[in-house]
Amino acid sequence: MADTKKIATRQGYGEALRELGAAHDNVIVFDADLAGSTQTAMFAKAYPQRHINCGIAEGNMMAAAAGAAAMGMVAFASSFAMFAAGRAFEQVRNSIGYPRLNVKIGASHGGISVGEDGASHQCLEDFALMRSIPGMVVMSPADAVEAKAMVRAAYERQGPVYMRFGRSPVPVFHDEETFRFEIGKGEVMREGTDIAIIANGLLVAEAVEAGRLLAEQGVSARIINMATIKPLDEELVLKAARECGKIVTCEEHSVIGGLGEAVCSLLSETLPTPVKRIGTPDVFGHSGPAAALLEEFGLCAANIAQVAQAFAKG
Amino acid sequence: MTANEKKELQIAACKVRMGVIQSTHAAKAGHPGGSLSAADLFAYLYCRQLNVDPADPRKQDRDRFVLSKGHCAPGLYSALALRGFFPWEDLKTLRHIGSYLQGHPDMKSIPGVDMSTGSLGQGISAACGMALAAKKQNNPCRVYALLGDGEIQEGQVWEAMMFAHHYALDNLCAVIDNNGLQIDGPVDQVMSPYPILDKLRAFGWEAVEIDGHDFDQMEAAFAQAGTVKDRPFAIVMKTTKGKGVSFMENQAGWHGKAPNDEQAEAALGELGAVLAGLEAV
Repeated sequence: MADTKKIATRQGYGEALRELGAAHDNVIVFDADLAGSTQTAMFAKAYPQRHINCGIAEGNMMAAAAGAAAMGMVAFASSFAMFAAGRAFEQVRNSIGYPRLNVKIGASHGGISVGEDGASHQCLEDFALMRSIPGMVVMSPADAVEAKAMVRAAYERQGPVYMRFGRSPVPVFHDEETFRFEIGKGEVMREGTDIAIIANGLLVAEAVEAGRLLAEQGVSARIINMATIKPLDEELVLKAARECGKIVTCEEHSVIGGLGEAVCSLLSETLPTPVKRIGTPDVFGHSGPAAALLEEFGLCAANIAQVAQAFAKG
Repeated sequence: MTANEKKELQIAACKVRMGVIQSTHAAKAGHPGGSLSAADLFAYLYCRQLNVDPADPRKQDRDRFVLSKGHCAPGLYSALALRGFFPWEDLKTLRHIGSYLQGHPDMKSIPGVDMSTGSLGQGISAACGMALAAKKQNNPCRVYALLGDGEIQEGQVWEAMMFAHHYALDNLCAVIDNNGLQIDGPVDQVMSPYPILDKLRAFGWEAVEIDGHDFDQMEAAFAQAGTVKDRPFAIVMKTTKGKGVSFMENQAGWHGKAPNDEQAEAALGELGAVLAGLEAV
């Protein structure tokens, strides 16, 4: 996909918010001094009266967003994933999750690809944290087109939603004209029968590329974009397990608690199937360029193909 | 306020206190101390101050009340029952399996509860979000929040205080129940929140101190709150923890402990005598 246009998913978030703001008076956006980074600045410029900068105070922001939702507004609350899911976890759980309030958390800068800022800002635990809250929808788009569609779907859905967006530009492979997004539905990017690779976020593009590499080596890999981690598209996972027999999961997240474990939980209880999880091991990241870090942690097409090939033949 | 109106408030407050004792006794758990210190406020809010309608508990322009010190749910529930949001008899199901009267306020299940709370420091933030949203919606409602004096040790409270001033939330009124005691002892020994008024004013709030058991002072403070423009208003009310039940007054031990059968009987006896005295006049 070297010649494909590259856009960060956070930009898709910002554009979608601006469009929602135009269409709906009840959209209100909260940010915590990161509007330029989370891209809510686009909304702020268009609708300054409905963009609420909370300053560097994420706990207050989440509970204030809950209060606005309790008044009937659709509140989007944004920060970096580390602070939205991590620092404000308990506010998200108790003030948003427990009362099932209509707050959409737009968390940018998720994952190791935050890069140079290092481990303090590389959130690799947000899927795990947010999945554990009853009723919370947890999603991570693969490209900017999917990000926009996801934000629109989140607006339409009643109740709490967590969306993770990335800092780095990633290839855009969905067609904005024809792409349809549905919460809880995975997307088969490539058919295959020897092994299934289930990925989300920026690893979908890498998985698609891995599928091409595997085909060259005679391995037929099914590639699935699982943008919704919770609720998981169980039907699609079980079908892949049944038809391919082995599954590799790929996510820019700790192997603990994310997409991989969600897939393993389903399969171990329903249709025991061998699974290999590609993600960051149980360690913190460190500073470096995003591309170098992704390669170091095996979050790249070459490693996915290598793991999948060995697994398929093993 | 006429003498008769004041007497009606005193009767309501006494009944709220009886509800606190009855419900925590039946639950064998709960928080009577802070519920009793704020009982006069609960009675005042639900009998005189708040624009709410038990027949239409979700009406859009109702005033909102957020019990930021959510553990004082027995006091709030008693006031709601007294006002007719649900049957008084249900208070005895507090904290029981299957009851909608959860240990801490649950907006999903309890008529009249505007925000789920219990984790300290979060309710005032939610109240800020409500007041802000009301302004965006041109909703004339006012938003009230009750905090504990121990609760304001939470850093998030001061994030919210900054926010309320920054966004000029003059439709927000926070009440701080300064009963002086928290679980581990006197607030100034555990982690002093003093001086409270100075802190509030430094954060840009208009703030007054009142006797939280004096309805005349309460009325004056809420009247003042309604006139302040472009800034939020806070009422620091000096109260007695456990107020109205002699053996619970000023005892930190009654923060989160239910009365046993004998204690409940004694407490209800005291309150019943007060009620009979008020109703006899």
